[in-house]
Amino acid sequence: MIKGFVFALSALAGSAFAAGGPGVPLDSIDVDPRDKPSLQRGMSTFNQYCLGCHSMEFQRYERTATDLEIPAKLMEAHVVPAHHKIGDQQTIAMPSDAAAEWFGAPPPDLSLITRKRGNDWVYTYLKTFYTDPTRPLGVNNLVFEKVGMPHVLQPLQGEQRLVCTNAPVKENGVVQTDPLTGNPILADQCGVLEVVEGTGQLSAEEYDQVIYDLVNYMAYVAEPSRVSAERIGIYVLLFLFVFGIIGYLLKREYWKDIH
Amino acid sequence: MAGRETTATGVLGWIDQRLPIIDAWDKHIGKYYAPKNFNFWYFFGSLALLVLVNQIVTGIWLTMSYEPSAEGAFASVEYIMRDVEFGWLIRYMHSTGASAFFVVIYLHMLRGLMYGSYQKPRELIWLFGMAIYLALMAEAFMGYLLPWGQMSYWGAQVIVSLFGAIPVVGADLAQWIRGDYLISGITLNRFFALHVIALPFVIAGLVFLHILALHEVGSNNPDGIDIKLNKDENGKPKDGIPFHPYYTVKDIVGVAVFLFVFSLVVFFFPEMGGYFLEYANFEPANPLKTPDHIAPVWYFTPFYAILRAITFPMFGLDAKFWGVVFMGAAIAMLFVLPWLDRSPVRSMRYKGWYSRIALILFCVSFVILGVLGVLPSTPGRTALAQACTAIYFAYFILMPWYTRMEKCKPVPERVTG
Repeated sequence: MIKGFVFALSALAGSAFAAGGPGVPLDSIDVDPRDKPSLQRGMSTFNQYCLGCHSMEFQRYERTATDLEIPAKLMEAHVVPAHHKIGDQQTIAMPSDAAAEWFGAPPPDLSLITRKRGNDWVYTYLKTFYTDPTRPLGVNNLVFEKVGMPHVLQPLQGEQRLVCTNAPVKENGVVQTDPLTGNPILADQCGVLEVVEGTGQLSAEEYDQVIYDLVNYMAYVAEPSRVSAERIGIYVLLFLFVFGIIGYLLKREYWKDIH
Repeated sequence: MAGRETTATGVLGWIDQRLPIIDAWDKHIGKYYAPKNFNFWYFFGSLALLVLVNQIVTGIWLTMSYEPSAEGAFASVEYIMRDVEFGWLIRYMHSTGASAFFVVIYLHMLRGLMYGSYQKPRELIWLFGMAIYLALMAEAFMGYLLPWGQMSYWGAQVIVSLFGAIPVVGADLAQWIRGDYLISGITLNRFFALHVIALPFVIAGLVFLHILALHEVGSNNPDGIDIKLNKDENGKPKDGIPFHPYYTVKDIVGVAVFLFVFSLVVFFFPEMGGYFLEYANFEPANPLKTPDHIAPVWYFTPFYAILRAITFPMFGLDAKFWGVVFMGAAIAMLFVLPWLDRSPVRSMRYKGWYSRIALILFCVSFVILGVLGVLPSTPGRTALAQACTAIYFAYFILMPWYTRMEKCKPVPERVTG
């Protein structure tokens, strides 16, 4: 057991907080759990591309339907799989030990993935797959090195490669511009992601939107109570503010004779 | 039946003849004379009581839906978060309450250090308080295992393994605490039992004794003056006012401000940037996968930093053992504080510069240690942690000397407001 302690302590020496690649700046995403069309599109993408391998077992179909204002009948007809009821959790049929054999590790449940990794990480991860023939599935990822997951969204995004090219200089994800002309500063650099033209169904902007909706949906599932918490929270704070003022006036009234 | 004499009639009178409720009310609330010059720092005692009640009430409701097993614990927490009506609110109140408890307790203890509230005749109050703090740390530590996330698991693994550093009996002791060769469902079950029954009982009992002892000798105040030395013709302290209604209405204001901040966190930032709910804890416990970075929750980090600061063996015993010793000593030192302070005055207002600088250095080093405890260690940080550990201990060890050597200011007869 002393070994266990030393092992755990030595793990402290490792610094990276998430399993991020070496210093890849993350693209930031501002999720909006009130944007229901976006959440519905995200759900659709998730169910088509992700739910085959990744469960969302803590979330019930019915909860999603209620929160996203999807009528139960529509949800049952188009979203809930035939062998599931609307009140069921979103589990998958793929056995986890078989999946471990196929991919090296079983695909994790994604109910809470954005709370564990952060929205920005998931957003960047889904956009930074690139072709790497040295990997068993032919793809690698900038923020998750040697990832075991295939690039399932490749038909949408197209084939992305890491190339050396003359590209705009980015710092912390922001394109740097020339202060005089306002044009982006270009430089020869390597490790730039570039989509091979004509290989994807979507343009870069359209793909970004798909990923935004998808991550927005995953962030909603990670904490479905967020919207109601903030709505109730406002009223609680307003009440406490008024309560505090009355409390203060009461205190002042009682204390006016104390010197 | 000739019962006790009572001034009350009706139901109250009937009860009062059989149970001294009016006496108790008068002694502890209605005619408990507290100094009239309590300032900001005196809110945190009543707030600690409020948070304790919050933890007990939300804890009872969490227990109704929580499942204490390695297979079901993580899922049952998410069940509470999603399927139980207002489960998310109950859970966030409990998780935020845990951190809030330590915030108010640390400020409450700092108040004691500033105004010498631990000095004669309040040594026992301080000892009960320190026992509460110790029980609270155990309570928080065991509660943190219950969600059965990665950080729950590995945090418990690291802390329980600390007992393994004790020579000869260590390994067996750690195994006895876990009830298994590693943290498992058995550990979870016993921590659950201790967290929801045993330790709350202990804490409630100690709080009762803490308040009983306080009301026996009376409250200290920012001037550190004994208000009982100056009484009017009716035997009431001239600088004292009845706890009720004066401090009850004043505490209402403190409660409102506290709850405002508390609610801000509960409703809008329950994770508090990963400090109240750690990100890694949103992944179920996995005994085969060590997280990249194990950090205890923020309220333990100063002591964790002291543990890690001891990197060299001494007297033929290895560094890890001494780390545990120093960590234990850091808490034990606080217990003997009443006998280390040899100052003729209580309050920092009348103590000399040595005491003031010592307290400032102590607070600064405590905060720095807290920050270092969250961060992965580097040689530079370890050196800083060692320096802060030295200051932390110097505050206590040198106290008998600097509190006697310094020149104190004259203490006024009456409180200064």
